[in-house]
Amino acid sequence: MDEFKNVKKQFPIFSNFPGLIYLDSTATSLKPWSVIDELSKYYSNYSANIYRGVYRISEKATEEFEKTRQIVAQFLKAKTSDEIVFTRNTTESLNLVAYTLGRQIVGEGDEIVTTVMEHHSNFVPWQQLAFENGAVFKVIDVDDRGYLACHFDGTTIPNIISKRTKVLALTYVSNVLGTINPVKQIILQARKINPDIIVVVDAAQAVPHLDVNVAELGCDFLAFSSHKMLGPTGVGVLWGRLNLLEKMFPFMFGGEMIVDVSIAKTTFKRPPHKFEAGTPAIGEIIAFKEAIKFLQAIGLEKIRHHEKILALRCFDTLKKEFGEKIKLYGPNNFDDRGGVVAFNFGDYHSHDVASILDEENIAVRAGHHCAMPLHKRLDANSSVRASFYIYNNENDIDLLVKGLRKVEKILKNK
Amino acid sequence: MSIYSELILDNYENPRNVGVVKKPSKRVSVSNPLCGDAISMSVRIKKGRVAEIKFEGTGCAISQASSSMLTEYVKGKEIVLLKNLDKKFIIMMLGVELGVNRLKCALLPLEALKKLLVEY
Ligand SMILES: Cc1ncc(COP(=O)(O)O)c(C=O)c1O
Repeated sequence: MDEFKNVKKQFPIFSNFPGLIYLDSTATSLKPWSVIDELSKYYSNYSANIYRGVYRISEKATEEFEKTRQIVAQFLKAKTSDEIVFTRNTTESLNLVAYTLGRQIVGEGDEIVTTVMEHHSNFVPWQQLAFENGAVFKVIDVDDRGYLACHFDGTTIPNIISKRTKVLALTYVSNVLGTINPVKQIILQARKINPDIIVVVDAAQAVPHLDVNVAELGCDFLAFSSHKMLGPTGVGVLWGRLNLLEKMFPFMFGGEMIVDVSIAKTTFKRPPHKFEAGTPAIGEIIAFKEAIKFLQAIGLEKIRHHEKILALRCFDTLKKEFGEKIKLYGPNNFDDRGGVVAFNFGDYHSHDVASILDEENIAVRAGHHCAMPLHKRLDANSSVRASFYIYNNENDIDLLVKGLRKVEKILKNK
Repeated sequence: MSIYSELILDNYENPRNVGVVKKPSKRVSVSNPLCGDAISMSVRIKKGRVAEIKFEGTGCAISQASSSMLTEYVKGKEIVLLKNLDKKFIIMMLGVELGVNRLKCALLPLEALKKLLVEY
């Protein structure tokens, strides 16, 4: 655990807001000095636009920018950095696939399969595509334990996946239940039924916390956001298989993505540049590599272990302290679960719980966490969510319990 | 300062005007899907005044307390005067400082009231 002892010191927010107990890294993570420094270095020393400049600071910016692409590719074990497309966030990465490939391959009567535990960003784009193109929109349910209600021995997946299924869109880790889906096995099973199926993985809650290897996973696309993994906001990644990226239409048209434009026609660059129209978040993308280095220096396996211990302790402590009064969501087995603990506390509304915790400087999220289909399935209007990352420790859990005692004291036995 | 003042907690624990009025002149429902708050409000109007008003629904302490206090305030008042009630009034009535998100909870009953009174 030594790696984690001094981590807090590297995050300036803890000096500027002493006493902050930050339990909302699932929404966005805090940022270490190394990322902030890199960002300000770009803005103060070489804040030029990339690609087009022939002067030195533009070349320096281009070089640093492309270095991040290399580092992301190595981080994911991608075959080539040409498979790394920069977007604004996970949402844009997923929409890019739905708008380009989705609209190329999904026709009337085809099927799109997703799950009820998706974040809206991997649910609504597919639902709307199905409406538009007359496709069938199928949603895999969850069981009462918080797992996807499909078996990987081939017994129920056949009912859901068929030869007409064009796209399977699923999340690697649920941002509410914490469930880590056996994505690799699901893909294997799905491809047995339909080898041509396109699999899109929302890895927004996986890449920051687990060792993700696209070569092993077997998916076609994978999306995540820099801001949830210590990096700046405004940066998303779409990893895609190069042969697919080559076949796809561009998503947006404009500068940076063309080879030649005339009145009669336009030719486009190759991937990834074909998908990167306009000036990107240059400084943020440059600084993003420092976030990856930070995570790598600790090691993803250690990070995963640290979060698992904390989430399990939080789960057990809440159960022990509050018994029946607390309703905890998601799997009991933390081998299958990330550092997310969502719950409802008595009859108190999640907003009241979060507001009173905020009085104690504890930041948790309250609401539906952009997962309304899941909350409807759980028969809950909303929930409170505590999530853990590298700067959290056991003390945070003790303070959370104390905070919840205060909630009880203020709101009584309503 | 806590937003859970004595006044708010009292109205949350013992909400006034809960239920549905008999022979309502109008009944409306409003909701905030973001947090699952839902309120229905009913009113009986007599001679241009609110003769009786009640609400029911689920929601956080702030939306419940705000509903309780607002219905209490408007009872017996002339409708023409109630049309001017706005966000500023609700903030004053609650007497606590709310962030943008919690303010939405507090304003839900005002939305219901406006809907009740549009055609009167
Ligand atoms: C599982 C999951 N998918 C997608 C997103 C969307 O990420 P972004 O807002 O960065 O696009 C989130 C963020 O909350 C998430 O948790």
